[in-house]
Amino acid sequence: MMRACLVALLSHWWRNPLQLFAFLAGLALATALWSGVQAINAEARASYDAAATTLGEGQYDQLVPRQGNAIAQDVYVGLRRAGWLVSPVIEGRLADVRLVGIDVLTAPGGLGAAEMDQAMAIADPEARALLFANAATARALEGVAEVQADPGVAPGVAVGDVGVVQRLLGRDDLSRLLVLPEQPMGRPDLASVAPQLRVQSSQQAADLEQLTDSFHLNLTAFGLLSFAVGLFIVHSTIGLAFEQRRGMIRTLRSLGVPLRLLTGVIIVEMLSLAFIAAAVGIFLGYLIAGLLLPDVAATLRGLYGAQISGTLELRAEWWLSGLLMSLLGTGAALAGRIWQIRRMPLLASVRPRAWAMAGAGRVRWLTIASVLLLGSAAVLGVVGSGLLAAFTLLAFLLVGAALALPVLAGVVLGLVQARTTAPVWNWFWADTRQQLPGLSLALMALLLAVSANIGVSTMVSSFRLTFTGFLDQRLAPELFIEVDSARQSTALEAYLSDQGLEVLPLLTASRQIEGQPARLFGLRVSPTYRDNWVFLAATPDAWDSVDAGSAVVVNEQLARRAGLWVGDVVNVAPELTLPIAAVVGDYGNPKGQVITSQAVFRDLYPDSYPAQFGVRSDNVPRLRQKIVEEVGLSENAMTNQAAVKAISMEVFERTFTVTQALNVLTLGVAGFAILTSLLTLADLRVPQLAPVWALGLTRRRLARLELLRAVALSLLVFICAVPLGLALAWVLLNIVNVEAFGWRLPMYLFPGDYIVLGGYAIVAALLAATWPALRLVRTPPATLLKVFANER
Amino acid sequence: MVLVFDKVEKFYLENDRKLPVLRGIGFELKPGQTLALTGESGSGKSTVLHIAGGLEAPTSGSVYLAGQDLTAMDDTGRAALRRTEVSLVFQQFNLVPSLTVEANISLHAALSGRVEQAYISKLVKALGLTGQLQKYPEALSGGQQQRVAIARALAAKPKLLLADEPTGNLDEATADGVLDQMLDLVADTGAALMVVTHSPKIAARMDRELRLHGGILT
Repeated sequence: MMRACLVALLSHWWRNPLQLFAFLAGLALATALWSGVQAINAEARASYDAAATTLGEGQYDQLVPRQGNAIAQDVYVGLRRAGWLVSPVIEGRLADVRLVGIDVLTAPGGLGAAEMDQAMAIADPEARALLFANAATARALEGVAEVQADPGVAPGVAVGDVGVVQRLLGRDDLSRLLVLPEQPMGRPDLASVAPQLRVQSSQQAADLEQLTDSFHLNLTAFGLLSFAVGLFIVHSTIGLAFEQRRGMIRTLRSLGVPLRLLTGVIIVEMLSLAFIAAAVGIFLGYLIAGLLLPDVAATLRGLYGAQISGTLELRAEWWLSGLLMSLLGTGAALAGRIWQIRRMPLLASVRPRAWAMAGAGRVRWLTIASVLLLGSAAVLGVVGSGLLAAFTLLAFLLVGAALALPVLAGVVLGLVQARTTAPVWNWFWADTRQQLPGLSLALMALLLAVSANIGVSTMVSSFRLTFTGFLDQRLAPELFIEVDSARQSTALEAYLSDQGLEVLPLLTASRQIEGQPARLFGLRVSPTYRDNWVFLAATPDAWDSVDAGSAVVVNEQLARRAGLWVGDVVNVAPELTLPIAAVVGDYGNPKGQVITSQAVFRDLYPDSYPAQFGVRSDNVPRLRQKIVEEVGLSENAMTNQAAVKAISMEVFERTFTVTQALNVLTLGVAGFAILTSLLTLADLRVPQLAPVWALGLTRRRLARLELLRAVALSLLVFICAVPLGLALAWVLLNIVNVEAFGWRLPMYLFPGDYIVLGGYAIVAALLAATWPALRLVRTPPATLLKVFANER
Repeated sequence: MVLVFDKVEKFYLENDRKLPVLRGIGFELKPGQTLALTGESGSGKSTVLHIAGGLEAPTSGSVYLAGQDLTAMDDTGRAALRRTEVSLVFQQFNLVPSLTVEANISLHAALSGRVEQAYISKLVKALGLTGQLQKYPEALSGGQQQRVAIARALAAKPKLLLADEPTGNLDEATADGVLDQMLDLVADTGAALMVVTHSPKIAARMDRELRLHGGILT
């Protein structure tokens, strides 16, 4: 019995391959977008984990220099002799690869298993000249060093013995010292043995995963949005498949198939199809992730310095989540239909969906649900805090607006119909209203896709404008120079001053300020700062106060996280509290910053020296050459700021390539939703079209009206999507960005872009309607006549 | 007896008001016997048929189908009886549009696990469907679709065949042909037949006629 029942149910798909394709493709696309994003996130997180275990970051306290980047070897020896159990680490870059040198004999035993294997290999005298890196990194070092491929090493990193790395980098110093967890009693204070070092606790160390969480959260949100749009297709297709099989279900029950068995077989059938779609979707997701991963890796490297592997692995955590989401999504769409079947009287008539759904009860339900959701969104906007609240607000806003769409569209179409007197147009608008229930899911999907496009493009374009201004401000000095020692610093500053150039020395140190990891800057207030820096808020004499050492400038991230603003005081150090003279926008950096005068900085760090300099110059190439010749700095120590700006802008553009790609895919999925809805509704519409055809409207004219209907509905959706998209952008810029990155961006409007997007939406709907319209043109008169013969 | 109705009552609720459809009707149907149930629209004919087929439950009274009390059964039990003991032919044919004619004919027998290919071939030949087996229902005329429905019903070898206006959608000539074939085949199988009809002509061809008026047998 079960086999016969299953054959009958499956025969529907066999006879309606397009519907089967819509179901499989909709779910596969949704799964693909979701699992693709999850794959990227999983790859990134795996890279962070590998980096953390390889480099010991986040696991152990470390000793780092108070000033500069290097620790002399004898300082390490002194610490060991004094009883400090520390292990040396040297880091540097070679051929664009981060080289890490460790000492196996003193390294803490808690490094990951893979690293212990490496450690054993490094300890092997034969292997002491070797580096270990993954295959891609090993290729980058070909001809530079001998490298053994090891997939356990973090991407972009090569690990070797400290001596080997020192030789390759041409250095004889160390970068940092790992402090082993077990230390002997009675060891002397650090200040007495190595006053030039400070302890950086493991909590203080840069936690890449934490820094990049917001970026991944944004990606996940887009994956989820795409999945939601895909689910609209699945919901719509399953709904229509059930409507069309309502007669079959009644027949099977009247032939003696028990209800329990019938629902069981349907569940098995749908979940089997969902499983197939999920498998296809996971494969497509793998391809999407493979295509997007290089851009994501570039973005994360540019924004946070995080090294992400450029190759993708099939990790269970993302493909299982794709499979689970696919099955859950199908289950959710299926549950309502199963409930309907169980409640459906055995002898219920087989009525067209449009009539069944057009009841006033449904409109009332949609209105109540949308008002509740939009009201909740408003409440969350006022009282909510945190990223979770922000994304919940977004979800309520989008779903609430989507539910309101059919109600609003019904009202608008009713008003238009009331103003129409010509009989054909009167029928056209009435027929459009009647189609709304059948098309509402697809229209909701289009609304979500278009409003997401408007929202995200507004955010991206606002960010682009703000970021360009920010780069002009921060990269005003034409040349940027880094030095390694106090001697170089003094010589360089003296030389540049002799040339009569405007020099902007920069003193920097990392410290906890207001309970947060932050960078403290000591700078010489000069006309460049006064002319170029644009503050979000400031006292009238902000730079004068900073120059006088009586106030500081803080970046927006620190101000918002610490709940401070202009006029408040900031606790820079235990013995130093200063008022905030200005808050400056700082985009692309998630950390807090405090800017003081050089004098204030030197009071805190008496032995400090400027390790970085900005220089104003009309002839950068000539100045670079003279610095090399007369001060003895290497070319590598100098950076042309114009080049930095170009690179930064490139990084920025790539940052949003992923988002834009997801936007295009989402719009494509929404267009597909309309296509499948129109195609599956086409058969149900024959009884509605046949009488009009019989009254004298040709099939060609009816098809043209179908196309016009698609344009009218997509235009209506677009008009609704503009305010929704702008609301989305406002939430992203003013709530999500503040919660995730710590900055608030000004919102700019781009009407031209929106009109282009509207054009795309209409074209997508028009393309989707073309096929059903062509089918209508080719419908044989005999099919239409069957309506009157009662033989359908 | 194949079918026994004993003091069967049926009420529907409409706005908390009881609407009586059947008021304590009783009759019996023997194996091989044919019965016409007639009456004006709304007299309760189709309700009798639906209760006999286990599609609906009576409000009170007893119904025995092939010796089993339908009123004491749950949905699964009634479904099992529909699968094995009774077949239905509807005015609207109720074929599965996505199955071929051949698969439609075998469907009921397959569900009951009693597919007899030779018997099905005999039915197909007798009903003139030999050249139509690989077609889908939409490609057949109304008369042909009803023949497929009859073949499907008889292929399961039921003890009772219930037909609700089986020729209501057909022209007179086609209706006569379909009815002839149905009666011949029912006679061959020895099944009982109950036909709901408005047509005195059809009723006249049955062994017995029961007339319903206002939910009461007259």
